Amino acid sequence: MEKRETIAVGTMAADDILLEVEHLKTYFYLGKDKVAKAVDDVSFAIKRGETVALVGESGSGKSATSLSIMGLVPSPGKIVSGSIKLNGKELTRLSEKEMNNVRGRDIAMIFQEPMTSLDPLFPIGDQIAESLLRHKKLKKKEAKELAIELLKKVGFVRAEKMMKEYPHQLSGGMRQRVMIAIAMACNPQLLIADEPTTALDVTIQAQILDLMMDVKEEFDSAILLITHDLGVVAETADRVLVMYGGQIVEEGTVEEIFQQPKHPYTKGLLKSMPSLEMEVERLDAIPGSVPPSHQFPVGCRFADRCKFAMEICQKENPALFQTNGGRKVRCHLYESEEGEHE
Amino acid sequence: MNNKEKILEVKQLKKYFLLRNGLFRTSSASIKAVDDISFAVYQGETLGIVGESGSGKSTLGRTILRLYEPTDGDIWFQGKNIAPLGERELKPFRKDMQMIFQDPFSSLNPQFTIKRIVEEPFLAQSKLSKKERTEKVLQLLEKVGLSEDALTKHPHEFSGGQRQRIGIARALAMNPKFIIADEPVSALDVSIQAQVLNLMKDLQEEFHLTYLFISHDLSVVKHISDRVGVMYLGRIMEIGPKNAIYDNPLHPYTKALLSSVPKTNLKAKRERITLHGEPPNPAEPPSGCAFRTRCPFAHDRCITERPKLAHQGEGHFVACHLFEKTAANSLSS
Ligand SMILES: Nc1ncnc2c1ncn2[C@@H]1O[C@H](COP(=O)(O)OP(=O)(O)OP(=O)(O)O)[C@@H](O)[C@H]1O
Ligand SMILES: Nc1ncnc2c1ncn2[C@@H]1O[C@H](COP(=O)(O)OP(=O)(O)OP(=O)(O)O)[C@@H](O)[C@H]1O
Ligand SMILES: [Mg+2]
Ligand SMILES: [Mg+2]
Repeated sequence: MEKRETIAVGTMAADDILLEVEHLKTYFYLGKDKVAKAVDDVSFAIKRGETVALVGESGSGKSATSLSIMGLVPSPGKIVSGSIKLNGKELTRLSEKEMNNVRGRDIAMIFQEPMTSLDPLFPIGDQIAESLLRHKKLKKKEAKELAIELLKKVGFVRAEKMMKEYPHQLSGGMRQRVMIAIAMACNPQLLIADEPTTALDVTIQAQILDLMMDVKEEFDSAILLITHDLGVVAETADRVLVMYGGQIVEEGTVEEIFQQPKHPYTKGLLKSMPSLEMEVERLDAIPGSVPPSHQFPVGCRFADRCKFAMEICQKENPALFQTNGGRKVRCHLYESEEGEHE
Repeated sequence: MNNKEKILEVKQLKKYFLLRNGLFRTSSASIKAVDDISFAVYQGETLGIVGESGSGKSTLGRTILRLYEPTDGDIWFQGKNIAPLGERELKPFRKDMQMIFQDPFSSLNPQFTIKRIVEEPFLAQSKLSKKERTEKVLQLLEKVGLSEDALTKHPHEFSGGQRQRIGIARALAMNPKFIIADEPVSALDVSIQAQVLNLMKDLQEEFHLTYLFISHDLSVVKHISDRVGVMYLGRIMEIGPKNAIYDNPLHPYTKALLSSVPKTNLKAKRERITLHGEPPNPAEPPSGCAFRTRCPFAHDRCITERPKLAHQGEGHFVACHLFEKTAANSLSS
């Protein structure tokens, strides 16, 4: 599959923008004085038809970000401030009923474990048809036919038979294909996929990623792909958002992130990963671990693990600086602009 | 590698699980989780075992450690066949073979302090005084990079990577010679995974450990192993020196597996061999070659005859009729 040309965000025309998240804060209120700042001032945009990857360590706030967009933040969490606009329309102020219409029709989501989002008591055909009926004016029979068509599209040759089968009769990879069929049922403009292949074997993962990219091409949807697998990012994404401690620390095209990473965390991440292509005796591990999201330091959240840390890093959390080259990096090293320290 | 001493050799090892239908009836059907596997592990090396979910990696590890009763076959450990031994005769061997698990949390008692967890093996096995035990525990914690204040803490106060370090410290307590690590870094973030992999390499060198390293992650296995075995549906499809497996894979399954791994090198040409279909139901494995239902090169012989692991030179064995030209050099016969 060919990667499409990417345009720097700065040059994004307003009507190209599908989703715009600005200064989003989503906190979990865990008890007296214990607030997990899962998403802490996150801003980014997704263009129509674009694949954007959101990467970061466990607990960095990836799922909380996607659940915020879907309006599905579970208690004790809530969106504290910020704005989420789809086609210019503010989502955070919609009623539950209005949001229900957006979900499934404009934005669809697939999760890591498809079993939890499929109802074990109903045949999968009914589940696909039902989601079609919820959003489209169709007769029952038409919905069934369309469901069969969708199952064929996600690669089931014996789609008619599949309609009557129950989720537990399918393997993990097959269930994830069903989820993609359901997600695509209403032609969403945005598909949010939260670790869609993490629970799958590599050969099945390859099938699912190919399928997602084909389906995206066909329906011209944008994808927000959440994953911790940098290989998956490299093979699918146009643009990459790197998250750390509830914030975006670097943003760039897939080429920029993989070939010229700027943030010490992004660099460390790429170096700490064993790869098939390159052999090293020892991996370049990042020392320490992520600070818990209810105890972020005042300074840079990565400073304790950063080999470039300076005095200012302990005192002040850097802003997401924009460099001359149009890159966005949350790091004091880039404050004086283009003052790159290698 | 062949001039080295074998620490472990399994011969025609089988572990079948009986399938139950209903609460008490056992049917005659079984899952052949480990189905006639033979290989050796040499002193001081790391043998990586890769394979997809359900291919039998964990069952293989647990059967070797005699956590599962083998259905058939031999397990030669340091010159003795431990497969038929009873629990009492096994005791001296238990000390020398340890296991590290994927999820250290479920294997660490949440009620206990780290000191209690790590000193556990000493309580059962040796006659050390309290002071000596504490000393030992401190030494072990230091080896795995944890500080003294960990002693009085409980498992939930640690991150995943730190918990894995605790699991490693406990496994090291009795000075084992052979460690089976079952997906030891699979639950960890890449930055933490690298820390634990480096630690395992350091400890291997310091204590002359031999590892059987089980993982579904081909990049991790490549990094840590000297030799690699590829499993599919309870069988070893290919085994050999790491570079032979990764640079010159022979089995169509190994080739497909390697080509499916997403690459971070954007310039690398992606030539993916897409496997169609799903792995077969392990309770009803295909006749002949287990991989034939997904193999692009399957032919008649693959249906009727199970290929044997055949030597291709330099310790590289493959179980595939495409490479089984001379019957004389087959390994398992
Ligand atoms: N339901 C919840 N209740 C309490 N805290 C939560 C909840 N969900 C998330 N959090 C907190 O928010 C932070 C971010 O969690 P999130 O699930 O978004 O991380 P993630 O990046 O998706 O991680 P992973 O890779 O493990 O899925 C975590 O540190 C967690 O403590
Ligand atoms: N205790 C058990 N009882 C019955 N069947 C079992 C048992 N343990 C494993 N199996 C079956 O044996 C086969 C091999 O399982 P095993 O857990 O060894 O695979 P694995 O390669 O470790 O997979 P994974 O990568 O998912 O850990 C599977 O079909 C599994 O369902
Ligand atoms: Mg998540
Ligand atoms: Mg396993």
